[in-house]
Amino acid sequence: MNDSSQMGTTCASSSSSAKNPARRRRFGLAFWLTFVICMATWMVLSGLFDAFHLSLGVISCAIVADLNARAMWLDVNLGRTLRHWGRFAVYVPWLLIQIWRANLHMLKLTFHPRMRQLINPRMVSFKSRIDNRMGLFIMANSITLTPGTVTVFTSVMGRFTVHAIDDVSARGLPGEMEDRVARIFED
Amino acid sequence: MDTVFLYSGIFLALVMALTLYRAIAGPTVLDRMIGVNAIGSKTTAMLVLIGLIYHRVDMFVDIAIAYACLNFIAVLASSRYFQKKKGLYDEPQRD
Amino acid sequence: MLNITVIVLLFLGLFFFFAGSVGILRFPDFYSRLHPAGKLDSMGLLLTMSAMALYTVGQWNLGAFLTAIKIMLIVVFIYITSPTATHAIVDAGVRAGLTPWIRSDKGTEHDLAA
Repeated sequence: MNDSSQMGTTCASSSSSAKNPARRRRFGLAFWLTFVICMATWMVLSGLFDAFHLSLGVISCAIVADLNARAMWLDVNLGRTLRHWGRFAVYVPWLLIQIWRANLHMLKLTFHPRMRQLINPRMVSFKSRIDNRMGLFIMANSITLTPGTVTVFTSVMGRFTVHAIDDVSARGLPGEMEDRVARIFED
Repeated sequence: MDTVFLYSGIFLALVMALTLYRAIAGPTVLDRMIGVNAIGSKTTAMLVLIGLIYHRVDMFVDIAIAYACLNFIAVLASSRYFQKKKGLYDEPQRD
Repeated sequence: MLNITVIVLLFLGLFFFFAGSVGILRFPDFYSRLHPAGKLDSMGLLLTMSAMALYTVGQWNLGAFLTAIKIMLIVVFIYITSPTATHAIVDAGVRAGLTPWIRSDKGTEHDLAA
């Protein structure tokens, strides 16, 4: 996820700015979204709601949002972003259930007295059909968090290399998770 | 309830001492990094527990947030640093 | 009632932490040690932190609510960063050329160095 992903970032940003330069306005929607997120984080973390601390928060959040707005949102589209977040909120409980089952499986492996006969580590490689970078990021993190698998390498083109701990977890790849992650970003 | 939190903290410290074995005796540098990372994520829970024991959670939770960030950055930096030194990995197997 | 829920969640989380430590000690090589380190520790953190957030919410004032939100913010942060840290360590291992431990059916275990 390191150098290949950074390469993908620069490619995507340069192409999107070449397509529509009008989106790179200074106080556009991207600025205000970043500002609102920063301000909410400020208010939760400080816990002080008097005028002095709130004005300090407004000043520092404005500076941070102005510097970082164009790095956070490559092309901002409010409706699509909200749809993605809504579908992601549906995905998270399913992922938590999968994480719970994965942990029970891992617990059984850990305390099994003949553990070295039970596990069968191997490297599995597969090609995914997810084509956007955020989907690949969520997919790689979900693979690391669920049944006996750790993502070793991800390319921008969707090729995954995964270290699986036993036969059961190696057989379950890419499985249902890929469909669900692809459904988040399908439009 | 304070007694429960106190004994939970003591148990958590013992678990961290268990992980410390991997951080000291791990055969490769990366094994040591796994041990240190595990101790760091337990320390985040430990800090909030200490806050509950002293009845100052509002103060200790900020320290816990800062420690979580610091632990993450430390793991990233050390893994980027050690991957350049190939000779370090050929430590002898000790068990 | 609240106290019982808190105690059950806390002890379950401590058990997951303990299992993570045992897994780090018991698994045969570097790659498979990452599995308990990345998964069981995150699960233990989620359970203990939600227990402590629940106990904090039990006081019913604004400061307690903000503290509980901060505690859950730590959990979200850990769940985003823990796979990334695991990936960074495993990436360093692959670039250094560590070979994964493979089960040999004859019963002799050749480890990392083999």
